Amino acid sequence: MIKDKKIIQNEHVGIVQTQTFTFDQLKLESGEKFGPVTLAYETYGCLNKERSNVILITHALSGDAHAAGVHEGQDNPGWWDEFIGPGKAFDTDRYFIICSNVLGGCKGSTGPSSINPKTGKPYALDFPLITINDIVCAQKHLVDYLGIEKLLSVVGGSMGGQQVLSWLVNYPNSLRSAVPIATTIKHSPQQIAFNEVGRQSIMADAHWKSGNYYDAVAPTKGLAVARMIGHITYMSDKSMAEKFGRTKKDIAETFKFNPLEVEHRRGSTAAPGSLPLTGFTADFEVEGYLRYRGDNFVKRFDANSYLYITKAMDNFDATANRPLQEVLQGSSVKVLVISFKSDWLYPAYQSKEIVKACKLAEVETTYCEIDSTYGHDAFLLEVQEESHLIKHFLKKVFYAYEVTGEYGA
Amino acid sequence: MARKNIQLDHAVILDLIKSQSTVLDLGCGNGDLLYLLIKEKKARGQGIEIDDQAIYKCVAKGLNVFHGDVDTGLAEFKDKSFDYVILNQSLQQILRVDKVLTDALRVGKQVIVGFPNFAHYKSRLQMFFKGRAPVTESLPYQWYETPNLHFLSILDFKKYCRAKKINIESQVCIGENHRILFLRNLFAQVGIFLISK
Repeated sequence: MIKDKKIIQNEHVGIVQTQTFTFDQLKLESGEKFGPVTLAYETYGCLNKERSNVILITHALSGDAHAAGVHEGQDNPGWWDEFIGPGKAFDTDRYFIICSNVLGGCKGSTGPSSINPKTGKPYALDFPLITINDIVCAQKHLVDYLGIEKLLSVVGGSMGGQQVLSWLVNYPNSLRSAVPIATTIKHSPQQIAFNEVGRQSIMADAHWKSGNYYDAVAPTKGLAVARMIGHITYMSDKSMAEKFGRTKKDIAETFKFNPLEVEHRRGSTAAPGSLPLTGFTADFEVEGYLRYRGDNFVKRFDANSYLYITKAMDNFDATANRPLQEVLQGSSVKVLVISFKSDWLYPAYQSKEIVKACKLAEVETTYCEIDSTYGHDAFLLEVQEESHLIKHFLKKVFYAYEVTGEYGA
Repeated sequence: MARKNIQLDHAVILDLIKSQSTVLDLGCGNGDLLYLLIKEKKARGQGIEIDDQAIYKCVAKGLNVFHGDVDTGLAEFKDKSFDYVILNQSLQQILRVDKVLTDALRVGKQVIVGFPNFAHYKSRLQMFFKGRAPVTESLPYQWYETPNLHFLSILDFKKYCRAKKINIESQVCIGENHRILFLRNLFAQVGIFLISK
């Protein structure tokens, strides 16, 4: 079922391929039965004989199954490439790593842009309102399919962290450890508010047409603005100041990095130079950056997926059924909680809530607030400190179970 | 009993602790003591530490540690969740000693406190003859850079325990590399107390 994995070169996992797994039906939290469901996934490293070295990595809002390595003929590495590979935090010489695209996504897994077999057209808004627990339930199907009874760990940041908590709450006996990073038990009104502005931006785009845009022009303006707002919340005041300052862009480059305006110009009959937006070009580096990010995002992401997934994040509450400490009580699961000092989107106090539940449940826990200026993006960027924590934590969990019952060397 | 390569205060604490007990080390630093207790006494240990670099060292040793300060770190634990709560060389750096000790005695069945003795004769001599704030082996900081907020003697701590009706179950006073048995408030550099309530 699981093929031996690739030859490793230069501390990278090398060429990887996205695979798919399809199952007939998923029982959603709402009670609705939905299917068929396809999940796109990638694996790195080798599964050991005991099937005890499996780590599931869960991705954030805009992530996908491609966490490490490169695809044939392409040169963009996976979104967590610096953490996954031989000798890295997720050491592919020791562990077998799985990462799948979430249910509701648009990178190979079933989502609103997938074809509804009943109609032969994309689901659009006929796609059911999914939850983080549904996303995790689909992952459980995949893990079962791969023949893995107990995961060594489930690890993820941001929305990936919400999935980690969902695993802890729903399948506590299916994992030995959990690493929720820069995440929360439930979204604060501020987090919901930012997501709502993103959704409103998409739905206000005339091209959105209640989600039925798949055979016409996509609501790229709305989605780009949603992404721009997102990027503001992922950075910190300091990281923006360090990255951009008040530096002005080279005017000649403005148009290249200016998708919204270019599109506006295309739709305009006025001659260049006399356009209504003149004077409101992306003068500052930070403006150019946001526009560039927005422009790139619409090429790879589906607007309806953005709506569905952000809604799932907002609705998530790990304590919905019963308090987290009660769920964890008596559990032998080990937990590593990581937050970042300058992260104001998922502030440290939210991670401390998770830690508090672990304390009360007397679960073996480590918590570290990494000193970083990157803001929420830090979970992707603070490679050294974060790797150190994850690497040693996993080693402890793996060897405690695997070899001696004591801490590994 | 002296063990090779083990700090004397760590060796004393190691002797005080029953095997396979649960331990919370407040201000665990690099985790050397906690690691020792887990290895030698099969203890189940948890540390709390404020310094992130020290936390990275703890994690490399395989320890469980919470990033946080001792002053607020205890509140969330249930009563008697640990056999021992340890405050070794951290008591004098805590803002609200009385509150933390009260909470430590709530969270731990027993509490171990280790602190530098301000009434050690070298400190007294420096104060008396030089008229200056003491800088000694156990109090190695200049007044302007010390992390210590409180300066107490072994007698001070005993008096505190009496006033608060805290039982002193065991006390060990140590010098540089041996235990002090006589005139301890004068000759001990460090006092280690096992207390309960």
